Parts: sequence; C-alpha cells; structure tokens
Amino acid sequence: MTKSNIALLVLLAVVASLPLFGGAYALRLGTIACMYAIMALSWNVVGGFAGYPSFATAAFFGFGAYTAGVLLNKGLPLWLCVVIAAVTALLIAAVLGAALLRLRGHYFAIASLSLVEVLRELVNNATDLTGGGMGLNIPLGSGSGVLAEAMFFFYAMWILLLLTVLMVMAVAGSKLGFGLACIRQNETASSMVGLNTTLYKSIAFGLSACFVSAAGGVYAAWVHYIDPSDVFDILYSVKPIVMALMGGLGSPLGVACGAFLYLGLEEVVWRNYIQIHTGVLGLIIVLLLLFLPHGLISLRPANLWRRVKHV
Amino acid sequence: MHAAQILVNAVVLGCLYACIAIGFSLVWGVLNVINLIHGSFIVLGAYLAFGLYNALHISPWYSIAVAAPLFFVLGYLLQRLLLNRVITAPVLVTLTMTFGLDLILNNAMIYFFKADYRKLTLTPSLGSVSIFDVVVPVDRLIATVSALALTGLLYLLLRRSRVGRAIVAVRLDRDAAVLMGVDVKSIYAIAFGLGAALAGCAGVLMALIFPISPLTSSGYLGKAFVVCVLGGLGSVSGALAGGLLLALVEGIGSTFFGPAHATTLSFILLIVFLILRPQGLLGRKGFE
Repeated sequence: MTKSNIALLVLLAVVASLPLFGGAYALRLGTIACMYAIMALSWNVVGGFAGYPSFATAAFFGFGAYTAGVLLNKGLPLWLCVVIAAVTALLIAAVLGAALLRLRGHYFAIASLSLVEVLRELVNNATDLTGGGMGLNIPLGSGSGVLAEAMFFFYAMWILLLLTVLMVMAVAGSKLGFGLACIRQNETASSMVGLNTTLYKSIAFGLSACFVSAAGGVYAAWVHYIDPSDVFDILYSVKPIVMALMGGLGSPLGVACGAFLYLGLEEVVWRNYIQIHTGVLGLIIVLLLLFLPHGLISLRPANLWRRVKHV
Repeated sequence: MHAAQILVNAVVLGCLYACIAIGFSLVWGVLNVINLIHGSFIVLGAYLAFGLYNALHISPWYSIAVAAPLFFVLGYLLQRLLLNRVITAPVLVTLTMTFGLDLILNNAMIYFFKADYRKLTLTPSLGSVSIFDVVVPVDRLIATVSALALTGLLYLLLRRSRVGRAIVAVRLDRDAAVLMGVDVKSIYAIAFGLGAALAGCAGVLMALIFPISPLTSSGYLGKAFVVCVLGGLGSVSGALAGGLLLALVEGIGSTFFGPAHATTLSFILLIVFLILRPQGLLGRKGFE
C-alpha cells in the first residue's frame, strides 16, 4: 500500500465522521461530495489511466438514475435497484466500450458525448416507462424523519465511494492498471507486445460506468424526482474532468481532493452568484487549464519554478 | 407529392445544416480542435440579426455583412490570445477549454438577453411559393440560397486566395507548411476567425427560421457534430453531403417514427458512422 493510498483512505474516514460535526446542510454537501468523488474517480479509470477523453459519465449517471427510479416504482428495495443499475451499466458499458473505444482522440470524445444525447432522447421519448419530459417521481422512503433520511443517503453514497476507491486502488495496483498505462503511452506498441487492448479498454470502460450508475441510482432515490435534462446533463460529464484536472490527472488521491475542492468552489459560487454561476465555472475551467494544467498535485515547492508543460 | 415535399424540405434544411457545420469543420480540420463555442456563436449571430432588425430595421441580408467581420475579429482574438496557448495540448485539454469558454459566453447571453424564446418576424411577411403541391416559405428559400452562397464563398476562398492555400497547407501538413514559411499561429487564428464568422452568418440565417434563445446552442452544436462526421471532416463538399444526408434522414425519420425520434435517429447514425466509416461519406485528407 503506497503512501498516497493510505492518505486517500484517511481522507475517506474523515469524510465519514462528518455527521458528528454538522447538521442537515453539511450532510447534503457531504452526500454530493461523495457523489462527485465517485464520478471523478470512475472517470479517472478510463480518462486518467487509459488516456481516453470520455464524456460519457452523464450517460451512465442518468442510466443508473432511471434504472433505479423505474425499479423503485415497481416496489423493489433500494439496495437491489442500485445493484441492478450497477451491474447492467457494467455490462452495457463493456459491450459499448468494445465498439466505441476503437475510436481515438476527437472521434472518441464526440462518440461518448453523443451517447449522452442518445440516452437522453430515448428516455425523453419512452414516456410510458420513464414519464418522458415530465420526469419520474420516486416514492418516498419509510418516513423516518428528515435528518435520519439524510444520514441514510449520506452513508449510502459514502459506502459507494469507499467501494469505488477500493476498485480504483485494485485497478491501479494490478496488471489491468499496468496495461491501461501502456495503452495510454502507446496503444499500437502495447498491442504489438501481446496486450489485448480491446479487452482491457472494455473492462476499464465498464468499471468506470458501474459505480457512476450506482451513484445515479442512490441520487434518484435521494432526490425523489428526476427528469431527463437533469440527470443526463452534459455538465455531469464535464465536471468529473474538471475535478480530475484540478486535482491532478491519474492520481486517485489528487482526483478525490479535486472533487472535494471543486464542490467547495461550486457551492461558494452558487451561493453568491447564482445568476452567473455557469459563467464563473467556465472561467475557473479556463484559468485552470491555462495556469495549472497538472492540477494541485503539481503544486509542490520543487515543481513551482519548472516551466508549465502539457503531457 | 408527399415524397417530393419531404425531399424539398430536406434540401432546404440540408443546406442550412451545411452552413452550420462548415465553420466547425474548418476549425476541427485545420486546428484539430473541437470547437464547442460554435453553437453559442451561432446563437449570438442570431441575436445580432434580431437586435439589428428590431432596433434599426436593418434587414437580415445586410446583417450578414455586419456579422461576418465582427465575428471574424472575435474569433481571431480568441484564438490568438487564449486558444493558441493550449493548441498543442491533448484533445482533453482543448476540448475542455472550449467548453469553459462556451459556458462563459452562454451564461453571458442568458444574463443579458434572458432565456426567453424570441422570434425575428419580418413585416410584411414574405409568404411562400408553391409549385404543384410542394410549398416552400420564401424566407426559408432565401436563407437556403444565402447558406449555399456562403459555402461557395468559403470554397472559393480556400481554393483561390493566398490565405486559403496557406490554410489548406497547414491542414495537410503543419510541419511542411512551417518550412515553406507559413506563419502557423496566424493561420490558426485566421482559420478560427473564419469559423467564427461562418457561425455568426449562419446564426443570422437561423434567426429567420428558428426561435432564438441561448438554450438552442447545444442543438446547433449537435447538428454540427453529426454533419461533420457523416460528410467527412475537412471538405466543403463533405459538409454539404453530410448536411443533406442528415436532413434527409431526419425528414424521413420524423415522417415514419414521429418528430420526437429525429434527434435520436441522427445521433445513432452518428455513432454507426463513427464506428463503421469514420472518414465520412466524402472523407479525404485535404481541405479542398
């Protein structure tokens, strides 16, 4: 176990102790923080480890939200819905990945972006099943009180985050992670030396979809109402990338810190400048890319006077 | 006659789609940047036409002459000052960068113009022409012809002018172009400016036909994606072919499956094309 992995687990433990210090508002922020961290860490598997610029996060988030939402309406228990959402997303993403990940660079980016559009339109038009543009109401829980429910969803999201972190650590330390790093550096060469790149990329894509989808399921149960333009929001695809860039591409600890930092920034901007919050978000993105392309993790004293260079 | 009407609609819409996509295709081809601000530029162009018509009664045909230089300068400066700094970075960085810029521009438009849908209504209305049973509104016809003219203009520019040849040279082989004495940075900025100018002009034409709102920008951007991939990146004729094909597929699709499924169909077509024929219908390497 490396130092940064231990630091990441310690960070998680700190997040878990949040209910000791704060009320309902802190719990809500904590739940979103866990959700963002799940998305950013998951994206990092395909975007950071394998170097494929995926914009499909929103597609799987929405997919999970709707899968769980529809099943919850059929009366299934929450944990089962979330498991089903995760497993189906894993399988679908792995199959789609085998086809989509043959594309490189811009073409892959556009294909993954269109995946979001396709799913949103499908959900929009399948009115019988999903309620279409009217959205989907999800039955309330047992009615155990506001704070108890907030606590429940916070820990549900936190457990998902813990699983995601364990998955990312397992991938990073395994042959799979090594293979993905090879693919990032030189895909043609790695397939020449006998690496089954299609298989590796598909697994990575599937893993990156599975926990995002589960988080979507918990999110749907948490907010009780979802609609296509909310859960298939393209911002859900871009935010994880910004978080990863903010924290430092490829490093799980950096990415998780990036997610928390991003949420903090977003909350401050949202509270103070609600009318222009997306504009401020855009400004943050631009400044980040211009001045800190390697993320916060590069802010070590030794690196400060090195010239900024893109990988 | 039903079939003829669908076909005519497709041709009219297809030329407009080509006009939307052509600037996007130019920037992607020459700079290797997926320019996500393109949709917002189009909407900004539409607001320009709307404002000029309502405040000063300048008809949209003349607004094109205002929009083109204005957007060229805007695009040129954006490229020179901001995008040139990250132009050599990987896809992820340039794409996220243009996304950030798009967020800023789009938010600014929502802030200043509000998100309401507006419509540029010409008074008196131009009516429509009908040949046999095929009906085409005149404003749509004029927009189509203008779109074709703009497309033709770009073709001539790339083919005949010195700057155009330099742009094509950079597109074909950046390093060789540098060795031949082409100032790549300035060519990048000019190409981006041209892309922005085309987007602005396309926006003016769109204002004649479609409702105007900052919220429509992602729709235009999506169309540009699909047209570029269908037609093949990097040629004026490719954009035309892609635009026509997309309009035809949408027309036939909405006749048989209902208009709600047209967008789904076009994006599924996009993914199929990306997987099976990523070079597009008329794909080849050079930009004319």
